Amino acid sequence: MTPEMFIQHALNSLTLGSLYALIAIGYTMVYGILRLINFAHSEIFMLGAYFVFWGVSLFSLPWPLAVAASIVFTAGLGIMVDRIAYRPLRDAPRISALISSIGVSFFLQNVAIVFFQAIPRGVYRPEWMEQPWIVGAVRILPITLFVPVLSVLFMLGLLYIVYRTKTGLGMRAISKDIETSYLMGVNVNRVIAITFGIGSALAAASGIMWALRYPQIQPMMGTIPGFKAFIAAVFGGIGSIQGAVVGGVVLGFIEIMTVAFFPDLAGYRDAFAFVLLIGVLLFKPTGLFGARVEDKV
Amino acid sequence: MKRILALCMAAIFGFASLAMAADDTVRIGVFLPLTGQNAFGGQLELEGVQMAHKEAGTVLGKKVELFVVDNKSDKVEAANATKRLIEKEKVQAIIGTYGSSLAMAGGEVSEKAGIPQVGTSCTNPLVTQGKKYIFRVCFIDPLQGAGAATYAYKTLGFKKAAMLVDVANDYSVGLSNFFKKSFTKLGGQVVSTLNYQSGDQDFTAQLTKIISEKPDVLFIPSYFAEGAIIMKQAKELGATFKIMGGDAMDNPDIVKIGGKAVEGFVQTTFPYDPSMKNMNPTAKKFTDTWKATHPADKEPNVNAALGYDAYMIIIDAIKRANSAKPEDITKALAATKGFEGVTGSTTINETHDAVKPIGMIIIKDGKKVYEGEITPEL
Repeated sequence: MTPEMFIQHALNSLTLGSLYALIAIGYTMVYGILRLINFAHSEIFMLGAYFVFWGVSLFSLPWPLAVAASIVFTAGLGIMVDRIAYRPLRDAPRISALISSIGVSFFLQNVAIVFFQAIPRGVYRPEWMEQPWIVGAVRILPITLFVPVLSVLFMLGLLYIVYRTKTGLGMRAISKDIETSYLMGVNVNRVIAITFGIGSALAAASGIMWALRYPQIQPMMGTIPGFKAFIAAVFGGIGSIQGAVVGGVVLGFIEIMTVAFFPDLAGYRDAFAFVLLIGVLLFKPTGLFGARVEDKV
Repeated sequence: MKRILALCMAAIFGFASLAMAADDTVRIGVFLPLTGQNAFGGQLELEGVQMAHKEAGTVLGKKVELFVVDNKSDKVEAANATKRLIEKEKVQAIIGTYGSSLAMAGGEVSEKAGIPQVGTSCTNPLVTQGKKYIFRVCFIDPLQGAGAATYAYKTLGFKKAAMLVDVANDYSVGLSNFFKKSFTKLGGQVVSTLNYQSGDQDFTAQLTKIISEKPDVLFIPSYFAEGAIIMKQAKELGATFKIMGGDAMDNPDIVKIGGKAVEGFVQTTFPYDPSMKNMNPTAKKFTDTWKATHPADKEPNVNAALGYDAYMIIIDAIKRANSAKPEDITKALAATKGFEGVTGSTTINETHDAVKPIGMIIIKDGKKVYEGEITPEL
């Protein structure tokens, strides 16, 4: 393998990995605070991409405005999902909320099939995103650099919110003990709504980025990236925001490099992601950055 | 009051079922993927069937009734759908389906029940293998793979080919095998074969590898959803080789999704396209009717044409058999010779597959252009 080819593979890995990271941040945030694996995240991701498509094609909004509108809309949708499907189950066993999230996931997917049809659609991309920079034999797409920077910015932003703001304090309190937080006067439902709002806005942002990288949207588009991001989050230590970023990037590298070095296995690269998941669960269930959760006495 | 209403309802339903039992309608079932990953093909084929039904709504003086079920792009659903058509709707013949694996699942049920089934665009050889009641109006994969190879080697003069194959898809694997066989037999060389799985969106790793092998042509026997994305990523990574594919890429949306990246793409298909110059009268009529009933930006495609042909070939068989009994339809279908459909003159051979030439399409200036027909060298 020539050095140029390796660099090209590395850049490909970075793009894919940071896309996973972006999705995983939203996943892990909701988990970190509520201990809820929100399977509906994949569908929120898909809807985020569709809203931009609609904004541009149906309402002929300028592209940046469509992106902003989509993020706001999707955040609202996330809050609504929490209000309807999760809040009534706050006191129920944790498994109920998990099942409810699977239900929401299927529901949104089918609603999307009914309204948007299952036909894949092309996505508008601004001109500058189509043009790669050519350095020697290596081609760099603008999005290759754009997404990692965005992931890190979002990560820093989230860390700021969680560790430096009052809402963040509430989030951390809830993640420790939800009942006591109620008693201590934390407005639990408001804080959780904000968590879902931010989580869904992140899902929308990653859905949009995904659609820009792979310019085609369809109602099932969230499923596989959702699984991958979940694996990335578990690998990084589910609940840890830095862990999600690192996990996502590592997963991207594993996937691309498997194909690069073992081309015969290219058709089975999803399997490697799942092997990684099983391996992590077996040998280091808390992941790279995860803290051991003490059982409450 | 309620009781009277119930009685009335019962009477109406009673009449309805009596009417159904009477022998004055021909019942034809349609099972197609209307939702799920193959929905884009299934929906177009259904439109073709419905157009044909509108045109030839009666046969032997009886009304033809269509029963449409969605097989949801799922093998289990396909078997259930066929079962429902046969047992509940009591159909005499079945049209379907897009997708070879779906056709195989449904075909098993049809075969056992002895109801003739005419496939629309299921091109895998296994669909009709060893089956008495299963037919199709499309040609089979070996012909398509070999057709693409023949065109690449003979017409375009390419010597080095690469392939990117969906390992989870029988269609893709079948086409690639026959492409390789024919291309090497002609004297060319397949320098690399890389895989992916249906639903993948990122092909950069495979494409980077293929680009480094410097082939003249890349053969992608993919479905159009993946195909368009592959071509986009190939262009972004600086690929300069020609890209070729099969009939599963035949979707009007391919240019919308692929944009400039699909320029110059070559594909094999059934000998029908709205852009072809020397259309036979059936194709001409089909195209005109479609254009009159659809919005201007929705072109007819080969899936719709095959749906249309599948319906018409059944009607033709019923006419020739002078009976709509499943057994008689089956016999007449097996004896079909030179049936003039939208997709050319069709003869059903001894393996129940359609024998017809292969069409070549090239995308030029964002439009599909029908290049002509080719005889593949197997």
